[in-house]
Amino acid sequence: MGKTIAEKVLTSHSGKGCHAGDLVIADVDFCMSQDGTSTMMIRELESLGFTAPKTKRGMAVVIDHNSPCPSVDVARIHSKIRRFATGKSIPTYEVGEGVCHQVIPESGRVLPGDLVVGADSHTCTYGALNSCSTGLGSTDVAAAAFTGKLWFKVPATHSIVVDGAFSEMVGAKDLILSVIGKVTSDGATYKSVEFSGALIDGLEMDGRMTIANMAVEMGAKFCPFGFDAVTKEWFLSIGTETAEGVRSDSDAVFERSRDFDASDLVPKVAKPHAVDNVVDASQVSGIDVQQVFLGTCTNGRLADLSAAASVLKGKHVKRGVRLVVAPASRRIFLDAMDHGIVATLLKAGAVFVAPGCGPCVGTHAGIPSDGDNVLSTANRNFKGRMGNNNDVNIYLASPWTAGATALTGRITDPREVLV
Amino acid sequence: MKLAGKAHRFVPNDDINTDYIISGRYKFKIDDMNELAKHVMEDIDPEFSKGVRPGDFVVAGRNFGCGSSREQAPRALKTAGVGAVIAKSYARIFYRSSFNVGLPLVECDTDWIASGEMLLVDLDSGTIESRKTGLVANITKIPKTMQTILNDGGLIPHLKKHGGFSLDEAMEG
Repeated sequence: MGKTIAEKVLTSHSGKGCHAGDLVIADVDFCMSQDGTSTMMIRELESLGFTAPKTKRGMAVVIDHNSPCPSVDVARIHSKIRRFATGKSIPTYEVGEGVCHQVIPESGRVLPGDLVVGADSHTCTYGALNSCSTGLGSTDVAAAAFTGKLWFKVPATHSIVVDGAFSEMVGAKDLILSVIGKVTSDGATYKSVEFSGALIDGLEMDGRMTIANMAVEMGAKFCPFGFDAVTKEWFLSIGTETAEGVRSDSDAVFERSRDFDASDLVPKVAKPHAVDNVVDASQVSGIDVQQVFLGTCTNGRLADLSAAASVLKGKHVKRGVRLVVAPASRRIFLDAMDHGIVATLLKAGAVFVAPGCGPCVGTHAGIPSDGDNVLSTANRNFKGRMGNNNDVNIYLASPWTAGATALTGRITDPREVLV
Repeated sequence: MKLAGKAHRFVPNDDINTDYIISGRYKFKIDDMNELAKHVMEDIDPEFSKGVRPGDFVVAGRNFGCGSSREQAPRALKTAGVGAVIAKSYARIFYRSSFNVGLPLVECDTDWIASGEMLLVDLDSGTIESRKTGLVANITKIPKTMQTILNDGGLIPHLKKHGGFSLDEAMEG
């Protein structure tokens, strides 16, 4: 019987031929945590007498959720993290380096075919790099760092085949919102989700990361993309040669298969307060917004900043709208400067905040006021998510829709402002 | 393991995410679980932390604990005195983390449970009982790996007790 990517990776890491439903103890290649989840992990590791990570390529901590630090309490948490990492072969990605799910891929520490865990739910993003990667609680990550291993139930795999081509100003974010709207918030719970098809074959890494990032919003454990020329080329761009990766066998068993045609897709919006509450942008157009947020581990990459800039070039955001931009990493910030994107967005009236999670998690740098409507390129629109629970509505959409909405001050299908 | 306590229900019933269990407003800056426990469930029920008594149950619909991986969520519930969560289904990160920190999760139909109702849960026999009506229902059996971790007091106590993972027997069963 053939194997899926998840079955292959868990077989190679456990030394035990396994299929969906089996339980295995597997070697973990790499693990990570961020400043919001590290202290519990540190306490557990210290109680175990931890000296250095046993995972194959070690671990890293990323200070991105409150970065730069907004308060004395958080400053003390950051100091605790830095003290812990010192002398234990644990690199710390500092304030301003970027969101964990961008700086870890850029670091070259995650390779095709890897098994990775992270104390952040969006760790599934690295599935785009052909790894089986998943978010876990701080205790599981502590156990992985301490023993180099973790137990897993081998997930069944759902296949999503996407054919066709995106029309103008429609992209990966619209696709994944559309998929989540159909699959629902728990429709892929504990599953590995594999995207394939003609559209996926031609999709660049930034788009793949947007899709893999949001797999957890339908409950998925892994979202591994098959190794191909795009994977290989992306790794070369960060200076890493990759000989081979993993793909599903042609006779692999999928628990369920769904087909999507990208040619039918239109710009999508997830309405408050659930990610699977998805409608066409045109169905909510006209709703006034006070803030637009462009950034995050979902849509803070170069292709995303470029998409928003293409809508705003030579124009200015609507008076009364705050456009907050957080590039996903310093490298992306620099690339965006080299491409003139930063200047375009600044001239259009945007405010840039430090590379990192920014206002997505409600810690600082753009907390909405009572009654505000926010259009965000992030991955969650839960009540209170951005730090204010008082009648704040968060709408999730693509960078093009974010640009168009900032321009008009109301939720706007970007094709309406197409010039 | 037998548990007894009062049911607390919430609006919404389904998809109660970890942001609702403990808001990012607190979890990123407060490192003391006793302090965090004062804010548990605050965004959907500001009175909950004052009303909850040791051993009480949080009762919900499907996909409880979805969203962020923040382990502050099960830890704050446990520190607030919650004896177990009773729901139709759970998101998987929350599911693992709860057992890892010693918070039992009960999986069963919950539509029949009224807020304020006194419940008796027997994890060994796999039943849940309403004290008021005497109605007894079955709960989904807790997987052996989770039972082993729970019986050892959580994942870290498990690793300390056995000098590493000792789940081979549980994984075969």
